[in-house]
This record gives sequence, C-alpha cells and structure tokens, in this order.
Amino acid sequence: MSDKIEITLTVNGVDHRVRVEPRKTLVDVIRDDCGQTGTHIGCEHGVCGACTILLDGEPVRSCLMFAVQAQGLQIRTVEGLQNGETLHPMQQAFMSHHALQCGFCTPGFLMLAVGVLEKRPDIGDEELLEVLSSNLCRCTGYQNIIKAVRSVAADMRAAR
Amino acid sequence: MSRTRTPWVGQSVRRLEDPPLVTGNGRFAGDIDFPHQLHMRIVRSPHAHGRLRAIDVSQALAMDGVRAVWTAADIADVPPIDFREGAIEKLTAYRQPVLATDTVRYVGEPVAAVFADDPYIAEDAADSVIITVDELPAVLDAASAPAEFGPNRSSEAAVCRQGYGEVDAAFAGATIVEIDVAIGRHSGVPLETRGAIGRYDAARDVLELHGAAKVPHRNRESLAKMFGRSTATLHLFEAHVGGGFGIRGEIYPEDVLVLLAALRLKRPVKWIEDRREHLMAANQSRQQRHRIRAAVGADGTLIALDDDFFHDQGAYLRTHGTRVVDTTCGILPGPYRLPHFRVAGHVRLTNKTPCATYRAPGRFETNFARERLMDAIAAKLGLSRIEVRRRNLIAARDMPFSRGLVALNDDVEYDTGDYALLLDKALKHFEWDRLEREAAVRRAAGEFIGLGLACYVEKSGLGPTDGARVNIDTGGGIEVITGGASVGQGFETVIAQVCADVLGSDYRKVRVVHGRTDRIEYGIGAHATRATVMTANAAAVAARKTRDKALEMAAHLMQSRAEDLDIVNGTIIRKGEAQGPGISLGDIAAHLKPLSKTRGEREPGLTAEGWFTVGHMTYPYGVQLAVAAIDAGTGAVKIEKMLIAFDVGRAINPMLVEGQLVGGFAQGLGGSLLEEFRYDQRGQPLSVTLADYLLPTALDVPHVDVLITEDAPTNLNPLGIKGAGEGGIAAVGAVIASAIDDALGAPGTVTKLPVSPQELKAIIDALRAPTTLANQM
Amino acid sequence: MKPAKFSYHAPGSVDDAVALLGQLASEDGRILAGGQSLVPTMAFRVAQPGHLIDINGIPSLGTISVAKDRVRIGACVRHAAFEGKTAIPGPTGALLGKVVRNIAHYPIRVRGTFCGSLAHADPSSEWCCTVAALDGQMIARSPRGERVIDATNYFQGVMSTALEADEMLTAVELPLLPADTRCGFQEFSRRPGDFAIAMVLATYRLENGRIADPRIAVGGAEVAPRRIAEAEAALAGQPAEPAAFARAAQAASEAIEPMEDNFNTAAYRRALVMTLAQRALEKAR
Repeated sequence: MSDKIEITLTVNGVDHRVRVEPRKTLVDVIRDDCGQTGTHIGCEHGVCGACTILLDGEPVRSCLMFAVQAQGLQIRTVEGLQNGETLHPMQQAFMSHHALQCGFCTPGFLMLAVGVLEKRPDIGDEELLEVLSSNLCRCTGYQNIIKAVRSVAADMRAAR
Repeated sequence: MSRTRTPWVGQSVRRLEDPPLVTGNGRFAGDIDFPHQLHMRIVRSPHAHGRLRAIDVSQALAMDGVRAVWTAADIADVPPIDFREGAIEKLTAYRQPVLATDTVRYVGEPVAAVFADDPYIAEDAADSVIITVDELPAVLDAASAPAEFGPNRSSEAAVCRQGYGEVDAAFAGATIVEIDVAIGRHSGVPLETRGAIGRYDAARDVLELHGAAKVPHRNRESLAKMFGRSTATLHLFEAHVGGGFGIRGEIYPEDVLVLLAALRLKRPVKWIEDRREHLMAANQSRQQRHRIRAAVGADGTLIALDDDFFHDQGAYLRTHGTRVVDTTCGILPGPYRLPHFRVAGHVRLTNKTPCATYRAPGRFETNFARERLMDAIAAKLGLSRIEVRRRNLIAARDMPFSRGLVALNDDVEYDTGDYALLLDKALKHFEWDRLEREAAVRRAAGEFIGLGLACYVEKSGLGPTDGARVNIDTGGGIEVITGGASVGQGFETVIAQVCADVLGSDYRKVRVVHGRTDRIEYGIGAHATRATVMTANAAAVAARKTRDKALEMAAHLMQSRAEDLDIVNGTIIRKGEAQGPGISLGDIAAHLKPLSKTRGEREPGLTAEGWFTVGHMTYPYGVQLAVAAIDAGTGAVKIEKMLIAFDVGRAINPMLVEGQLVGGFAQGLGGSLLEEFRYDQRGQPLSVTLADYLLPTALDVPHVDVLITEDAPTNLNPLGIKGAGEGGIAAVGAVIASAIDDALGAPGTVTKLPVSPQELKAIIDALRAPTTLANQM
Repeated sequence: MKPAKFSYHAPGSVDDAVALLGQLASEDGRILAGGQSLVPTMAFRVAQPGHLIDINGIPSLGTISVAKDRVRIGACVRHAAFEGKTAIPGPTGALLGKVVRNIAHYPIRVRGTFCGSLAHADPSSEWCCTVAALDGQMIARSPRGERVIDATNYFQGVMSTALEADEMLTAVELPLLPADTRCGFQEFSRRPGDFAIAMVLATYRLENGRIADPRIAVGGAEVAPRRIAEAEAALAGQPAEPAAFARAAQAASEAIEPMEDNFNTAAYRRALVMTLAQRALEKAR
C-alpha cells in the first residue's frame, strides 16, 4: 500500500536522497534519515512546537507534514543557524540571557524566533510575544526567552 | 597574563551546558541509536479496571519486521519493581508488575511489549493486539470509603501519621476554623517524553541503560538486583535530559523491558514514549484532599492543627512507596509555631495512573491547604492576612527549630531562617500597601481585583553523603567526576564555579562528569534539590584536597612553604608576587605522573576524592505575593503582578537561581489555573493530548519579579548554600488562591485547584445576582 | 503516534484531483491541503485514510481573486495570507485580518488553509463562523460536476458538512461588505490560540444613526456556526449603543442551544456568548 518513495530533501543547503514511506513525518525523516537530530519531537500533534523548522523561510511544525511534501523546498534547521564557527546572534542571545535550561525546546524556539524576525524585522513587541506563545517551554517560564529574542530584535532594528 | 583572581561563586556566569544545546548538538534519548537496534512499543490497557482474560498477539507476530511480542507470561521470572528504599513488607502487594498479569488497574497500564525493526511498524503491530478484559468498576475517589485492592488488601495501602502535643485537649473550648480543600491531579509533563535504550555489550558482559536520569546510581543498584547481576556489569548512562521535575528517572516498566529485551533478543532495544502515552503512563502527582482545622486564639495565634487528608495514589505504589505522603505530613506546619499538631495521611489506591514525586512534592499541596487555612483564620477573626501570619512565624532566634516531625527519613529541623524579615522585605519590594490602595479604587469602580500572599518553608540538601573526584591532567584541564545528574538545571556550571574558585582557575576550564555509573562508583543523582548542596560541597572537598596536593608539590619545586603560595588563573605563584615565577597546574600534574623523577614518595596523579556528609536537610524559605484580576465577563484570571522572595542562604549563580524560581512558578501557575488530569466515570483519562492538558504559554505566564536574599546562610555546609530548585513552584497554588478570593471579595471561595474561568464566572454571576440565587434556593 | 499507512498522490491539476478523489473516496481517500487539522487526527490514528491526495502542488488553488462584490478564496490559500496587507479591500479584508489572529498560532497559519477549515468543520473554527456570518458559498466539485452550497445548508453538525465523500472544496466565496460596514470579532479560549469555547462575529451598518443589516453569528458554542436571527432582530433599527448591544447579546445567549462536553458546560457557553456578543458589538469598527 505505501511503498517507499525516493525523495530529495534539502536541509541547510545540503541535499539528502532518502527512501521513505509517505506516512513518515518530515521531522522523523530530518532526524532519522538525514541525521539532523537537533530538531526535537515533543508531542507529534502540532501543539508544542519543539519540531519547528523553517520551510522556505517560514516557521512550520515539521511533525504535521509528511517528508514527501517537502521535496524542492528549502529546509533550515538549528544545525544550519551558525555560520561556520560563528554562532547566530539568536544563539548567542539565548546563552547570554539564560534562555534555556534543559534545552529540549530550544531549537524550536530558535527557528521560530529567527524565522519571524527575518520575515518581519519590524514586528511589534505585542505581536512578537504572540508569536513566541506558539511554542511551549516547561523549564524557563519564558521570561528569559522573551528577553533574548527582544534583544536580538532591538539589535536588528538598530543595525538598520 | 592576568594575575587577578575572580571569584566565580556568586557570579551569574554563562552556563557551560549551553553551546551544544543551542547548536542542535544535544544528545537526548531520542538521539541515541545503536546499529541493528529494535524499537519497542508498549501495548496499554484500554480499561481502568478489570480481569485480564486474554491477549491475542497473533496479528502482531505475523507482521513483517516484528521480532517478538511479550506478555506477562514471557517475563514471569521478572519481579515487580521494588521501592527505591528497598523492600517494605506491608506494601509489597501494591507494587506494579512490569507487565499486567491477571488484573489491569489503570488505562495506560503496560500489558504487552512489541519489538520491531522500526517504530512505525512497532506501532502498527501494537495496534493489532487484542486485549480481552472483564471490566470491573473503577475506584476514582480517594476520599470515599476504601475498596478492595486484592484478597485481604484494602485500597488504603497505608496511613501515615505524625504529630505531637495534646491536640484534642487543645481544640476543646478554642475557636475552631475548618476547611475542606483539594488539589487537582497534575504533574511535571516535561517537554521531552520518557525514553530508554537497552544494550547488552556481550563482548564485555555489560548491560547498559542509556537515557537514564535523576538517580542513575540508585537505579543501577535496583536494576542489578532485579537482573541478578553485579553492579560492575550493569551501567546507566545519562545523556541530555529534557526536564525531569521528579517524573523522569524513576524505574518504570519500560526501563526493565528494554534491558531484558536487549539481553534476550540480543539486539539493542530503543523505546521512546509518545505524548499520549506520557500523559497516561508517566508518574502523576498532587491529588490530595485535606480536611484541615485549626484551634486559634482570639488574636489569631495558632494553638493546634489537625489534618486528615486523602492522597490519590493511582493504581500502584511506585518506587517512592509512601514517601510523598510522609513528606506531606512532616512539612505541613511550614514556617509557623504550632504547639499541638496531628496529621493523618491516607494513601488510597484508585484506578488512575500511579503517582509519585513532582517538584516540591507534598509542599505544593500543604502550602495550599495551610495557607488557605491561614486566610480563613484571618477572615473569621477579622484580622489582616499579613498580621495573622506575622504573629505565628517562627522567630530567627529560635533556630535551629525542631518539633519532632520527619520527612524523607530525616528529622525536620529548620536550620536557619528569618521569616519575618523576608516577609517585610517582600511586602516592601512589592509595594503591597500602594497596590492595595489601587486595588480598592478599581474595586470601587466594579473590577474584580485582589492581592494574595503565601509564606512557606522549602527543603533541600537531602544527604547524608556524597562524594566526588577531581583530576587535573598535564594540560591543566580540570575534570570533576560526580555521581550527580543533570535535568537541565545548570548542574555542571555550578559545580565548575565552586571548584574553579578552590583551584584558582577559570570555571570554563572545568569539565564536570555526571550521570555515568561507570566513571564513579557512588552518586546521589539530582532530586530533592540536593545536587547543589551535596555535590557542590563534596566537589569542593575534593578540590581542596587536590589544591593542597598541588601546593605541596609546588612548595617543594619552588622551595617555598605551601602557605606562602596561591593559585591564580591556573598558575601557582608566591602570594604577593604578581610578577614572579609560577608553575601551572598542568606542570604540577606532569611532576606527579607515576614515572616522574620529581614525584618522590607522593601518590601519583594530581587527583583527590572528597566526601561531604551532613546530618540534616537545609531549609530555604520564601514569600510569594500576587495581584490577580478576574474578567467578570469570562471568568478568566490575569496575574498582573507577581513576586517571589526567596532566601537561599548563598547563591552560587544568581541567574540560575532566578531561572529555577521563574520556571517553577510557571509550573505552579499551570497547576493552579490550567493543568489537570481528568477522568470520566469509567476511569477513562480525558487529558491525553496537549490540547486538553494545558501547559502555560508565554502569554499565560506573567512577568515574575524575583527577590533573592542571602540573609540566612546555613551552618550545615561550608558554602552556606540552600537549594532553590523547588522554591518557585511550592507556594503558587496558595498565593493565587489567596489573590482570587481577595478579588472576589469572598474569602474561602477557592477550595480546590485548578480554578477554571468557568467556575469563577458562575461565582461572579451568583455574587452579582443574589436575588436570583435566593430564588433558586 | 505515527500515522497508519496510506498511499500518496500529488495531482498537478484540479481535474486530476477531482478524478482521484472520485476513484479513491470509497477507499477512504482524503484531500491533504494544510494538514494542520488532518495530520494530528492521523497521528492519533483516529483518522486512517487509505489515500491522501495532496493538492498543495496545484497553483490555481492558491489564489485569492477579488471581483466587484465578491472575493473567491482558493482551496490552498493559507491562513497567513489574510494577515497584514492583503488583496481584499474594505471591511471584509479588515474583518478577515481581525479574525485570523485568533486562529491557532503563527506556524499553524503558515500551512493551514481557509478552505481546509471549512472542510474540517470543527465547531470552534473561526473561518466557519465567518462564512456563516457572511452567508458565504462553498464551491464543490466531484466527478458529477460543480455545485454551490450556501452556508445555511453547508454546516450540518460537529465535523459534518454537506460535502459528499467524493466532493472536493475548490473555493469559498464571500460577499464584499459595503464600505461603511462595522465589524467586530471576539472569541474566548483557555489559552490564546486554543480551540475557542465560544465566539461571536458581528457586523452592521448605520443608516440615519440606526443599525441596518446586522449580522450576528455565534461559533464554538453550538454544534455548528450560524447567524442568530433573534439577536439581529434585537439590533435592527436600534441606535448603536451599549443598551442595544446588551439586548442583542442577551437575545443571542438565550437563542442558542450550546454544547456540553467534558470540559465546558452549556451554561458557561451561554454566559460567554452574552459577554462576547456585547464586546464584539462594542468593539466593532
């Protein structure tokens, strides 16, 4: 019924040729078949956001897509945030603001925050908070995550 | 090279743990894979209670890629999971079998295990297993009369009793205030679900459990016993852990199964729980009902407290036995003087998911019950809620304070504390008086707005003993090997800060090992907020001994006396000689190598072991203050202002302490307003998705102001530290209930958690239309 | 929570999609658009479609086209298309922009589709309430041809619509409201972004200082969204004042037959509708 299909996924600019069943979710293929385990699975029903990646620049829940749907699209995950050895400003900000404790939700938040600020650098603070409420964190109480993202948003505005 | 010394303890330095976690290089259980591994999927009971008649696994076995399917018959030689403290005769009948034998007792109970080549196939196969059960009525109310658990076994597994004084005499003739309050069932629900990978290294005859957490060494002992192996042949490996909160790391049936399967099926076995399973099978907590009353003097002084409470334990006693109930009993009086006390905690089994510890176990519950009672006393006597508390607080001069109560097998003796001082500081910092005036103005305009408070004592530093080893290599790298565990709290950073100070080095040069039973023989893991207190102090002892060894060798090499030397930035120099010659720690390590000509008779290695032993737990304490507003149109609660004031004795890393307090608060908020595991009348769980079990989001958690004080360092350890891990969550239910009652202008309204908008809307509508209510009566 | 097996099809045209659905409907073939509602049900294995027909690769379905007095929203138009500046003019565009912020969360809105919500017909769907309020029309195609289904006939109950198993929703059409229409939308849920327990969408115009063409639709509270005639009658000809709004809100709350479930009572939904109707009217711009 669901024989495997050969697809090519482009993750952080690198092509991965894989053979997967249509039912295999995008997050499972990114993790298992493409070997990029930085994206995490927290609920598999689209609520927690731990699986958030950027698909053609927009944050999406990779547990709610099938890998076969992502052919030809640009997938960016947390592993692709840094530039060589230089960390992305969002990664730096999370560390300097103590915006992570166990780190499980962190990749999802990083991609969500980077995605939304890249698309909408002038996003208002209230709306930014609404966007950040998309993802769940169980350790930090969000305070420092909000501070970290706001600091990057402010830096981006100042630089323009 | 700078010669100035920077003390790390007390600084909010960046965490050592962070770089791999922000770059996607973390290794959580789900990221661990072994070649040729099998995937396990558990088949779970769809019934809350019944006799297991048949399990048909034939369809599953026939599927391509399925290697084995087990039921209880296949693992008949495996004993039930025992209590962490060891066998307790009276309670053994209540332990959970690894797979259900003749009876199923909760929806979600493991009944069979499927082993397949990939998790998709494993789930297909598990779905095809047919379970036949003769249903029995489900016991769902822990406060009703006990039912039969088994032959000659009541569903009341135990009653924990503690107390002192002459309670009945004290109540006679006194003013009595009585309340009946309940805390709803909820739990830690970390963002990473449970997972375990079992692997048998046949080449070395070592059985390995990967994805361990919390108490690897203790679990190793228990598992070694279960498997009849020496502890040298069973090792646990902690990877990154996505939150623990007390839930993760206890021995569950699935942990036993992956190990057994690795042995018998001769392939590594990986199990990753899904969220739906987690919400019905991982330890739940908190559900208690307290019938509590106080005898009070006319001025609000507590004379006696009598509490009878029912603890909904769920279907089995898990690894904690009855310890949560015991702790509840021992810590109930909190920060108040209390001449007479009696508590009885009924451990009642029900047909729900089994329960155990969740962050501040016994304290979230007792703080709610006790602080509700304090508010009730204030209301009944017409006193201010602040004054009633102030009058009863134990004074700093009465420390250490003990009243013969026990928690976690330890006498509850408050070591140090100035509760009244913290209350004053908190009220001032919060600007309580101004906020009350503003609230009064808004109330006059028709708003429902109120202030709440809660005073509480926490516990930490559970001993009695921990040990650590420090090792410095010839490159100057420092490794601290501990038996600790990290659940994301910053364990490594804190240990590194402490050791780096002792060794005069940069904390970033310190590697901290934890969660590895193969690196150190003994460990206490991380729970009960003990890691910072116990392990940091043990590491400090080991570091001190290593330092002494280094200075002694250096003294010989530099022809000085050890007391004239110091270590700065990893280099040993003569004190006061900022520009003088020095020897690096790495070079000292080289001099101490076995074949070194300069070693002399000294024991080889720049390394030392240190142990720290403590007689009692140490007791941090806090005050929580809140402003809450209720939307009269919807019943929704908004926390407009929140303060957590907490005395930790000494903060090694204030940023991490604050992170613990705010994170704990968010969980407490969830337990007060959003989170609840609900069941229908047949015992079917209703909260098995994250759309039904509501975790707070960034828009639900208000800004939390944190006031960390160091007014009462402990004298129980040289660092003076108490732990903060559970200080944020412990009083949240109490303070929010207090604020809501004040907002409603109706003391005593909130008698249970969580409070829902639906309930508040009905209450507000009734308050606004008393004639309607009268018509209905 | 891995989905059960299915066969995957990715047609390149609407004709192909309709033909496939016609063939595969009897084997539980379903349309996959945004997947934000369908895939979770598959994860829980509550839904186990034998075939998924992925329409994301059909360009003609991704357009919003505006005609003189109507706007046509294609089957693959994402929720996110209604955020910020859109092609939809006037009060309708503003209303859709107001409503969309209440739908789930941003990443869900990136993938989820307007028409997908209509096909799914969850009572808490904001778009379903919008379509009911504006008397939208559903364009459905099957091997038998195309038909237009009015909102009043479309919603039949919880997750239940007039669509046949082999019918595909290709577009939804909404009227463009007159330029002087005021619109308000209020919903209530336990947390921002959660399924709404109740919602009210209100629009009206003023003629000589009196309310004309009132529309009051309630969603989330009953098994399906609908306009509440009693509430509209209470508004028509009235001044746009709190007292009139309160009467309309009362009428709405009394007229509905709210659902009762394990988490929310009918009485609470009724009380919420009263609050939300009042606020939607008061905040209507």
